[in-house]
Amino acid sequence: MTGVALLDQHLLSVLIALPLVGAALLLFFPQGANDAIRKFTLLVTIADFLLSLSVVARFDVATAGMQLVERAPWIPQYGISYIVGVDGISLWILMLTTFIMPITIASTWSAVTKNVKEFMVFMLVLETAMVGVFLATDLFLFYIFWELVLIPMYFLIGVWGGERRIYAAIKFFLYTFAGSVLMLVAIIALYFHHYAVTGVYTMDLMKLYELTIPVKLQLWLFAAFFLAFAFKVPMFPFHTWLPDAHVEAPTAGSVILAAVLLKMGTYGFLRFAMALFPVAAADWTPLIAVLAVIGIIYGALVAMVQKDVKKLVAYSSVSHLGFVMLGLFAFNLQGIEGAILQMVNHGISTGALFLIVGIIYERRHTRLISEFGGLAKVVPVFCLCFMIVTLSSIGVPGTNGFVGEFLILLGAFKVQKWYAVVAATGVIFAAVYMLWMFQRVMYGKITNEENLRLTDMNGREVAYMLPLLLFILWIGVYPQPFLRRMDASVNAFVTRFEAKKQAALAGSPAGETMLVRYFDGKK
Amino acid sequence: MVNGILDYLWLVPALPLLGVVLNGAIALLVERPFLLKEAGLPLAGGHGAGHGSHDDAHGASSHGSAHGHHETPAYRKLVAFIAPGVVGAAFVVALLCVLSLASRPADGRTFVQILFPWIQAGSLLVPAALQLDPLSSVMALVVTGVGFLIHVYSVGYMSHERAFARYFVFLNLFMFAMLILVLANNYLLMFVGWEGVGLCSYLLIGFWYEKQSASDAGKKAFVANRIGDFGVLLAMFLVFWTFGSLTYTEVFAKVPLLRESGVLTTGLATVITLLLFLGATGKSAQIPLYVWLPDAMEGPTPVSALIHAATMVTAGVYMVARSSALFLLAPDTMMVVAVIGAVTAIFSATIGICQTDIKRVLAYSTVSQLGYMFLACGVGAFTAAIFHLMTHAFFKALLFLGSGSVIHALSGEQDMQKMGGLKKYVPVTFATMFVATLAIAGIPGLSGFFSKDEILWQAFSSSHGSPFLWGIAALAAGITAFYMFRLVFLTFFGKSRMDPEVEKHAHESPWTMTVPLMILAVLSVAGGWIGIPAVLGGSNLFEHWLAPVFHPVAAAGAAHGAEAAVHHPAALEIGLMALSVAIALCGIGLAYFLYRVRTGKPAEIAKQWPTLYDVVYHKYYIDEFYEWAVIRRIVTISIGLWEMFDALFIDGIVNGAADLVRAAGDRVRRLQGGVVGGYAFSLLAGAVLLVGYILYRSVVQ
Repeated sequence: MTGVALLDQHLLSVLIALPLVGAALLLFFPQGANDAIRKFTLLVTIADFLLSLSVVARFDVATAGMQLVERAPWIPQYGISYIVGVDGISLWILMLTTFIMPITIASTWSAVTKNVKEFMVFMLVLETAMVGVFLATDLFLFYIFWELVLIPMYFLIGVWGGERRIYAAIKFFLYTFAGSVLMLVAIIALYFHHYAVTGVYTMDLMKLYELTIPVKLQLWLFAAFFLAFAFKVPMFPFHTWLPDAHVEAPTAGSVILAAVLLKMGTYGFLRFAMALFPVAAADWTPLIAVLAVIGIIYGALVAMVQKDVKKLVAYSSVSHLGFVMLGLFAFNLQGIEGAILQMVNHGISTGALFLIVGIIYERRHTRLISEFGGLAKVVPVFCLCFMIVTLSSIGVPGTNGFVGEFLILLGAFKVQKWYAVVAATGVIFAAVYMLWMFQRVMYGKITNEENLRLTDMNGREVAYMLPLLLFILWIGVYPQPFLRRMDASVNAFVTRFEAKKQAALAGSPAGETMLVRYFDGKK
Repeated sequence: MVNGILDYLWLVPALPLLGVVLNGAIALLVERPFLLKEAGLPLAGGHGAGHGSHDDAHGASSHGSAHGHHETPAYRKLVAFIAPGVVGAAFVVALLCVLSLASRPADGRTFVQILFPWIQAGSLLVPAALQLDPLSSVMALVVTGVGFLIHVYSVGYMSHERAFARYFVFLNLFMFAMLILVLANNYLLMFVGWEGVGLCSYLLIGFWYEKQSASDAGKKAFVANRIGDFGVLLAMFLVFWTFGSLTYTEVFAKVPLLRESGVLTTGLATVITLLLFLGATGKSAQIPLYVWLPDAMEGPTPVSALIHAATMVTAGVYMVARSSALFLLAPDTMMVVAVIGAVTAIFSATIGICQTDIKRVLAYSTVSQLGYMFLACGVGAFTAAIFHLMTHAFFKALLFLGSGSVIHALSGEQDMQKMGGLKKYVPVTFATMFVATLAIAGIPGLSGFFSKDEILWQAFSSSHGSPFLWGIAALAAGITAFYMFRLVFLTFFGKSRMDPEVEKHAHESPWTMTVPLMILAVLSVAGGWIGIPAVLGGSNLFEHWLAPVFHPVAAAGAAHGAEAAVHHPAALEIGLMALSVAIALCGIGLAYFLYRVRTGKPAEIAKQWPTLYDVVYHKYYIDEFYEWAVIRRIVTISIGLWEMFDALFIDGIVNGAADLVRAAGDRVRRLQGGVVGGYAFSLLAGAVLLVGYILYRSVVQ
């Protein structure tokens, strides 16, 4: 098969495999050839990104279902196949992943100096796993990738992390692993159920979508998926692994964790938990929406009183992801498109924030807010970048954050006003904690002698920051190209959800489920 | 239809944006390395350690003091040309557009220019589109006109500033945001400008960021505005889910229909408008969110003139006037707006009496004058509100720029107790400021007289008004006249209380500063002549111009409320006018008595009523109350949540569970020996399979 044909017919598989091949090739590099290793890894991730651009180019806006689908039998006797595809829900999260990787690699140039080869191998394996998670449409394949993500991340934190890295790594691992095991149980139950109904064993997600699962079973299965994804997002009150993981992880780890790994949770909700078990999802909505809203406020309040910049950003993620969850569980077009966009936005701006923190950490080896102050004077370019990213995180109109948050709140407001009202106060708190932190770090007089010697961002740092800033403004000013490619898939999702909900409502006596109270109580 | 110049309406906001880009490039590529070199700091990527020769003296207080550069670097000349140039050009384009609009028949004066679809999701379709109609015409002309003068003034005022280009980047950016705000054709795009001007305000208040009070004030402004924005955000949600659109013309066109069908109840209209008004109290510094504006005086004085007097703070008035179709449906909201406006007007005027910082007096005066505008809105006199908005932009900008000229002359001194007798040093500044003072005090014939009197009359005579509202407003007018003349007397008259060293350098400002003062003085006098009421023989051009925007609305409101305007005799109108002028004259007389005749008296009065003086001097301790009641509570709660709930409760459970697992693991290890990993894994896999199957069986069967 020629290269062109390979790309033509197996584009998605190439996207998944390329980083893994790169990782394998890295093994042949001599230990200590750090420069070559870095450059090679960067090249691989850039290549993967460029290839992923052709996914956007070939993506058909009008198609709701999976595109560029590839399937191959894997363990046919158990109905397990290799199936990958992309649709309007996964497209931009996939793009976010391939986009953020080269940036992250470029940020490690001078930050990672020990065991560079191993570090890069893990990063590339991680990319394969992440891309796989977002493209897999066979449940078993998805689960494999989902678990595969854990391992490199565990080592990235545990080996290249800070002082309490072991504690943080284990906490991260246990939390997410506990959730994963529950999800696996649910996957297997679903698998048996499909067999019982149709007489066919399958893990094909598209086939499983067609099932009408009894409400009671849905509730149980959803519960298991919920825990797995809620740990990952993380939703309040399952969020305590996140600040520890972020603080201890190396910058690159934090960036990937915030930008991509957390999205696995929210993506999981949309692709699996909500799509497979719509009635249960609707039934659980009041609880999830309440947790999302608590998360928004709680994350913001706790972020406000942090002393460590990284911890502050970590808690702000809890708040931001609360918005995403609220949007998803609005179950309407505005809410879900806003949520998907906000996943991308959070990846860009929080990823950028962690890079910003990393830049300053590399120079001062501290992240305590009290160690800084007055930096605007010595590092003006850094100040400008930091400011733009801060504004994006606050959701100032004209930046990406605003478009996402507005759509989410607009969607949520239609379903349950009060949730949106309380959530919208999070917008105020976001301004408080971010601007307060910005002020303490950047403004005032320089009180710490060491800060006088700070050097501004160098060419490499500017180069990897610029694309992020570009997208912050692009999505803020002209989000059309992003939103339009979601329309068909999200529309189909909402329609299917409505149909299944109505069917379930018709068949259930009034007042039996929370669902009835929630969706009819508003009138 | 050929639109001619109107097709270039987009240039009005685009020109200042071009200024941002050009000046931004200069700031980043030329000024930054220049300043770093000057401060002996290392450039990006360089390894030179630049500590040692660091000097913090400038930056924080660089304005007014002559130091540093003996020759102007070329890039500063370029910036000084570009920044006012783009705004001046925007003014010209806006003027041509408005003239073109004026040539159309009165009912055809709404021009919409759709630029591109901005946000679209499902039924939501928000374009980036501009709308020029009589209301936005007035705003665009005031913003670009006054804005241009203040840009020119800034060139002189900021000439000693190190970060010259950075300043003009922010100022141009502000013009862009403000023009988006007033020219947007829908609420969401207006909100872009709305938060955009808030951002620029934040950046410019905190311009001298090394000063703690400046960066505090910037943050305070942003957060107070965000609280208001929260209201606007919710109002937009309600508007969208009620009207199915956020575009002004579509929303307002649907009002009668939805009113009839019962969808748009009075209650709903009340909620929407109250939420919008919450936003207005933030942006336009009304009770309870006004506290940020006095602190905003930390910014450079031209910024105070442009943003915190003439343009941005009037955005709330504009927004309420723009939404008049909705406000008129909600009598309760109208009452709230009128009362808040009137109370703010008198409340902040009383604070103005005791302040000694010249800019703070003007700040409280601004809060007070904005109160008048809201009073006008609240009694349904939207035209009067916009009229006062315009005249206020002239005389308040002039007052601020004049005070800036004084501060400039005194090397940065802002305390009026250290001024006095300045008349002879800064004659142009004095003369122009005096004109503005007459205007704000409501002396007949000047702009402020016509606009303020229109508000007073409407507060009395409108169907939403009452003699009570008139009384408060008239009293506030007297206090205004008093504190303004107090300011003039303390600053320009009497004996000098200046620091001798300062006095030696006292000088009139350069032409870039005095020419804008003179132009604004002319406008402060004549700006009101386009709105002379019929009772004084005028034709009130201004009202006719705005009629297409407000009148169909007013008609609908009257029909609905069956409260047609009561006709009052002309003698009553003239009589009340005379009475309010008399009250103002009393204020001036009192100021003359206390600050020119018996100059020891104010201190005596303060000593006589120490508590009252203390409370007013400390601005009724409102800031302290907010700090105690809100800020400290929230911080305490947050720390509690973090340390108790997060660290102790949740992590307690998590770590406890982990310990349990570890303990169990130890025991298993002892039993099984080395290959525990393999066993554990197969055990787990088996368990998962089994539990999955059992789960499925037990639930389904």
